[in-house]
Amino acid sequence: MSPGDLAAVWLTLKLATVVTLLLLLVGTPVAWWLAHTRSRWKGVVSAVVALPLVLPPTVLGFYLLLLLGPRGPVGQLTQSLGLGTLPFTFAGLVVASVLYSLPFVVQPIQGAFAALGRRPLEAAATLGAGPWDCFITVAVPLARPGFLTAIVLGFAHTVGEFGVVLMIGGNIPEKTRVVSVQIYDHVEALDYASAHWLAGGMVVFAFVVLLALHILTGRREEGR
Amino acid sequence: MSAPIRARFQVGYPGFDLDVDLDLPGRGVSALFGPSGCGKTTCLRAIAGLERRARGRLEVAGEVWQDDAQGEFLPPHRRPIGYVFQEASVFDHLSVQGNLEYGQKRSGRRGRGSGQRGGLAEVAELLDITPLLSRRPATLSGGERQRVAIARALLAAPRLLLMDEPLAALDLGRKREILPYLQRLHDELEIPVVYVTHSPDEVARLADHLVLFARGRVLASGALGEVLPRLDLPTALADRAGVVVEAAVRRYDGHYGMLELGFPGGPVQVPHGLVPLGSRMRLQVRARDVSLARSRPVDSSITNILPATVVEVGAGDSPAHVMVRLDAGGTPLLARITRRSRDQLGVAPGMQVWAQIKAVALLA
Repeated sequence: MSPGDLAAVWLTLKLATVVTLLLLLVGTPVAWWLAHTRSRWKGVVSAVVALPLVLPPTVLGFYLLLLLGPRGPVGQLTQSLGLGTLPFTFAGLVVASVLYSLPFVVQPIQGAFAALGRRPLEAAATLGAGPWDCFITVAVPLARPGFLTAIVLGFAHTVGEFGVVLMIGGNIPEKTRVVSVQIYDHVEALDYASAHWLAGGMVVFAFVVLLALHILTGRREEGR
Repeated sequence: MSAPIRARFQVGYPGFDLDVDLDLPGRGVSALFGPSGCGKTTCLRAIAGLERRARGRLEVAGEVWQDDAQGEFLPPHRRPIGYVFQEASVFDHLSVQGNLEYGQKRSGRRGRGSGQRGGLAEVAELLDITPLLSRRPATLSGGERQRVAIARALLAAPRLLLMDEPLAALDLGRKREILPYLQRLHDELEIPVVYVTHSPDEVARLADHLVLFARGRVLASGALGEVLPRLDLPTALADRAGVVVEAAVRRYDGHYGMLELGFPGGPVQVPHGLVPLGSRMRLQVRARDVSLARSRPVDSSITNILPATVVEVGAGDSPAHVMVRLDAGGTPLLARITRRSRDQLGVAPGMQVWAQIKAVALLA
């Protein structure tokens, strides 16, 4: 692999790690709320979270570009804070990826919380555990399979994105040029050998990740 | 005797409303008894603070846990309670020991109650779960899980133990497995227990105080010995009506294998193995096992024939039957006889009769 390829791999892993961590921070409260709320806004919030599942990445990228760009409301805010604008930076890529992969993290966690029901939480409360204690010591450990699925899907989906990256990040070496974009470049240049290295690597990576997920969550099921 | 539990709750939602005003004793087991959907579980959850829709006032041993008029509400985790759910909700991600320690670790924060019987080892011993301590809940049977749940609730050092049909989700074999433990708790616990059930058998075995529920209202509340013989209550127990008598073992006849049990108005002889003399036992005498005679039968195979006075005659569970309340030397008894027999014998309040007791069930 060329130094450019290695830089792309490194950037991709960095992006996916940062995005996955942020997704857990953002997605867990959203999943908790969706799993327990009786609010009439639940449907609206669910739909918004799920939008990236059905929208073409270019649509999401297009609106993010407008929103985060120099004339967009968010762009003006970041400029006034002295942060500049986000498009075509690593930070912009992170923001876009978080939004794009949100449903892949929220939905498994939400499903796991909902499957728990209120009973274990009520049991913990009657044993003297406050809401936060209850969440950390009962809800999260019992929802572990949901979190595992969320981490794996969030990470893998971020690694695999292309359209949003191209719209928001462009194709700047070592800043926004991730593996999927690098592969595209190789193919455009008819450098199939290099494309194979990266593309084949992605196939193996995806397969190993999904297999590991199956084994990890499967073992737990058998233990029941 | 510690101060009692005073609970007033109202919950209303479409198709159901609960309106109860209860005074429960500060010791012993209070059974909330009634058919499914009568509000007894909702009432129990309200006492635990788990039913936030329940408005009202709750005072336990002089402390106000909830008073919506004053905007006071102690959240469940600050109430010094132990709660046993119908289906044992042990935490699957912790070992049995981890489950037991969960409540124990947090018990200091909300005022230790006298419900804690020693340490973890003793409570585990009491419920026979010591060999299970290192196991995962997923590998336990339903009965074992429920025993772990009960031990966990006790180790939370509660000042009030709440049990929501702890046997209802278990099959008959498992019920028989757990009941002796509950009877042991009943004898040894110093804190009040509120026990929700729809099983007359559990009431007879465990309850000291009985609250009858129907459609979100309390029909009757009082000591078991006072509520069971009442004739004015809808026959919630139908043909299982009867009384429960506390008796002491007085003598054992080894030749015939019979125990003699004494109580005011007694004694009775019951076929049973030897138990230590002087120990207390609960007897159940069902109304359908009691027949009446005007003179003392001398040539009957029935051993237990007690003199009694007719107190009241009420409706039976079928048009052909009547229910007779008797006073046998201070112990109330119920007899279920046909309307025809009532007329033939001329049974009326004040009459002296002989109550022939065909069967006595020993409950402990």
